[in-house]
Amino acid sequence: MRHTTPSEDFIRGIWKENPVLVQMLGLCPALAVTNSVANALAMSAATFFVICCSSVLISTCKRFIPHEVRISAYILVIATFVTLADMLLQAYAPAQHKELGAFIALIVVNCMILGRQEAFSSKNTVFRSLLDAMGTGVGFTIALVMMGGFREIFGTGSFLGHSLFGPNFEPWVVMVLPAGGFLTLGFILLAMGYIEKRKKMKAETKAEKVAEVTS
Amino acid sequence: MSNQSLFSIFFSAMVVNNFTLALFLGLCPFMGVSARVETALRMGLANIFVLVLTSISAWFLNTYILETAPYLRIISFIIVIASLVQIVEMAIKRLSPTLFRQLGIYLPLITTNCAILGLAIFQTNRAYDFMQGLTFAIGAGLGLTLALVLMASIRETVEFSDVPGIARGTGLVLIIAGTLSMAFMGFAGLL
Repeated sequence: MRHTTPSEDFIRGIWKENPVLVQMLGLCPALAVTNSVANALAMSAATFFVICCSSVLISTCKRFIPHEVRISAYILVIATFVTLADMLLQAYAPAQHKELGAFIALIVVNCMILGRQEAFSSKNTVFRSLLDAMGTGVGFTIALVMMGGFREIFGTGSFLGHSLFGPNFEPWVVMVLPAGGFLTLGFILLAMGYIEKRKKMKAETKAEKVAEVTS
Repeated sequence: MSNQSLFSIFFSAMVVNNFTLALFLGLCPFMGVSARVETALRMGLANIFVLVLTSISAWFLNTYILETAPYLRIISFIIVIASLVQIVEMAIKRLSPTLFRQLGIYLPLITTNCAILGLAIFQTNRAYDFMQGLTFAIGAGLGLTLALVLMASIRETVEFSDVPGIARGTGLVLIIAGTLSMAFMGFAGLL
């Protein structure tokens, strides 16, 4: 594995290896709970809590976990923290807890969390695992809030419950329905593909110019 | 105890509240193995099998064990699912090596499929009894299979058409899924 600096550990998860938009991990919660920004924030907060806690615990205990049963051990640790998050949300944000329903429990099978444990926490120090987990968590939050924002603004004409366009706005109901989730993520990916392509074309023309000048 | 009729549970799980297209459960295999109709079908069948077993064991856990310790629900469900998949894998390997080879990597991956854990949790939240749970599992499994096969056949057709470069890959799959999901919304008034 290539050596990285601590700041790279943190930043990597936010854009270049964004769990939802680039690696396509954790899609189920990203699509299911993003019909409003408030739900997206609650889901991201719960996931952030779970991924940070389990990364710290697993990187602390990595010497005691036998290689053969590591996946089961990781899932147990994650399930424990998910239960905690479930109870905390139920106690402090009952409205959100009701809205998210079964999807809080489904954080257990979010492949993004298990993926970070297997790929990073099981091999690195506690501090760097925490940074990596925080980066991934922030990346997940950005993706979810972005999708929640698009869907809430177009689907209901409001943002976090505040009306934006006045009473004459005809909401695009499809955006808050399940189909809107697929379409929003699809269009975000198309936009990202377009930006990447533009970047590559620019880099190519630049390289050609440099080649012309030098020849 | 829920008093929905078995038929309405079955139909609701299969098309109206389709696990993949309306509830977003089991998206990983939906994106990952929907390139060929044949593999999609096989994945769907493996899913039905595990869903039915999960539903039965979740019912046993709920009735006999979790009454006294409801906070252990998530942990015990995931352990039971993981070991169940492991046992099924060993059994299939022993009884039918051909089937085992055909299923390949998909079998162990079912453990982290949210549809399975989702089914166990929905079943608990809605307080289904044994038969209702079983019907729910079969309906949900058939729904998953239906979504997978539909998606795979569309993707096989799209493969030969001229798609703009930026739309190739996941972006296109997601937009097709969105369209399919809209089509399934048409079933919403049925129940």
